[in-house]
Amino acid sequence: MLLIQCPHCGARAQTEFTYGGDATRERPAPESVTAEEWLDYVYLRDNPRGPHLEWWHHAAGCRRWLKLRRDTATHKFVP
Amino acid sequence: MRVYVSRPRNFTAAVLLLCAVRYSLYTLAKNAVTGHRRWPPAWRQPQPKKKYAVVVIGGGGHGLATAYYLARNHGMCDVAVLEKSYLGGGNTGRNTTIVRSNYLLDANAKFYEHSLKLWEKLSQDLNFNLMFSQRGVLNLAHSDPQLDEFARRGNAMRLNGIDAVFLDRAGVQAKVPLLDCSPRTRFPVMGGLLQPRAGTARHDSVAWGYARAASARGVDIIENCEVTAMRRAGGRISGVDTSRGFIQAGKVAIAVAGNSSRLAAMAGLRLPIESHVLQAMVSEPVKPVLDTVVTSGIAHMYISQSDKGELVFGGDLDGYNSYAQRGNLPVLEHIIQAAVTLFPAVSRMRLLRTWGGVMDMSMDGSPIIGKLPPPNLYFNGGWCYGGFKATPASGWCFAHTIANDAPHPLNEAFTLSRFQRGFLIDEKGAGAAPGAH
Repeated sequence: MLLIQCPHCGARAQTEFTYGGDATRERPAPESVTAEEWLDYVYLRDNPRGPHLEWWHHAAGCRRWLKLRRDTATHKFVP
Repeated sequence: MRVYVSRPRNFTAAVLLLCAVRYSLYTLAKNAVTGHRRWPPAWRQPQPKKKYAVVVIGGGGHGLATAYYLARNHGMCDVAVLEKSYLGGGNTGRNTTIVRSNYLLDANAKFYEHSLKLWEKLSQDLNFNLMFSQRGVLNLAHSDPQLDEFARRGNAMRLNGIDAVFLDRAGVQAKVPLLDCSPRTRFPVMGGLLQPRAGTARHDSVAWGYARAASARGVDIIENCEVTAMRRAGGRISGVDTSRGFIQAGKVAIAVAGNSSRLAAMAGLRLPIESHVLQAMVSEPVKPVLDTVVTSGIAHMYISQSDKGELVFGGDLDGYNSYAQRGNLPVLEHIIQAAVTLFPAVSRMRLLRTWGGVMDMSMDGSPIIGKLPPPNLYFNGGWCYGGFKATPASGWCFAHTIANDAPHPLNEAFTLSRFQRGFLIDEKGAGAAPGAH
């Protein structure tokens, strides 16, 4: 069980959260986006082995979206 | 299907093939006399040479199959397979051994059906018992829309020449007596789609069988050899730095599903892939109770019984990016709940072992087999949950792509550029999501 430190609610169990994926991506501006930028945003990922900045939704808690860094090799949350 | 076998083109490979010990009743009896202490190793353990025509990165089923078909179908024997650990220690030894071709879309259906046809003759081809058992794979329907979807998929399969049988509830109950088909259960069973020719195979044997057959044809299999970097010269990949030194390569082929993004990053590329952990487990062994593979998409669970009698079962991804090869308990609990709901008889069994593997989750749920931008770099990955059953066709098509510098008709659609061009092969119609299979 991952123990996730919610800045609003404290340490809570993984089952209260929904994973939201890679949080380093930024949606390009729709009026000026090129095909390459769109491909980059929608499909391509860095997918690192190590620290990974990601979204977690505290769905069964405060319902806020959190941006947290977690090591994908150890599952430990890192600062 | 066109089956062609090349004679080895170089002398060493021809001698190796001639000297290889075949497994037969005769050699079994001969070795019984000496207490089975004089069997030669199944594959050679050579020192890496300085240079190879083709370097295949990844000694799992796909990499080994690629090397085998490069030698067998295309006469290319100057091939090395580099494995960072031991053969089949990654996803080849961690999957739940299911082989099937019950796909809706043409590209997938034709590719996986070719794979299933290769599976049917693979033990004989490799002279290695893969314990391939065509015990059938049954998908359960728990709702009317699912029945409609199964009828559609079953019809599509039959149009593509794949066997499919649509079952009603009574048919499902007759096929799987252990399954709770009563209307009181949490997920009432309404019917199912059966592929009778699907089944299971012994996963480790697939790695060992391909390794032995490839080694006998002159392929060097180099274990404990991790690729740490790729060197470039004039826009091409000139070779790879490994934990056992630099190896020069005419062509470099990546077959490391689970770690594809890391290898692609060495060549300066990003992929439409995320690595996720998928768990599976086995129960204590019991007498035969389940003679087919049963899957339930609604309950997120699939189950079969191994030849040793263990119930082998699994479900969905843990759901977050991971390279850890282990997961967490909430998903296991969910899968076990589903198993007990569908098969109440298993509720008092003990769990023997659980484990996790790293899945190469592509953004449309289909694999990528093709060329990458450097002209001599080839890529095979993005297998999601389904790489094991694809092993023979994956090796077959990847070897063709490497040897001819152009895709085989069966992997023409599985390009990397399909994401840019909008030609996704999205079996579920779920859009860009690294969770399909």
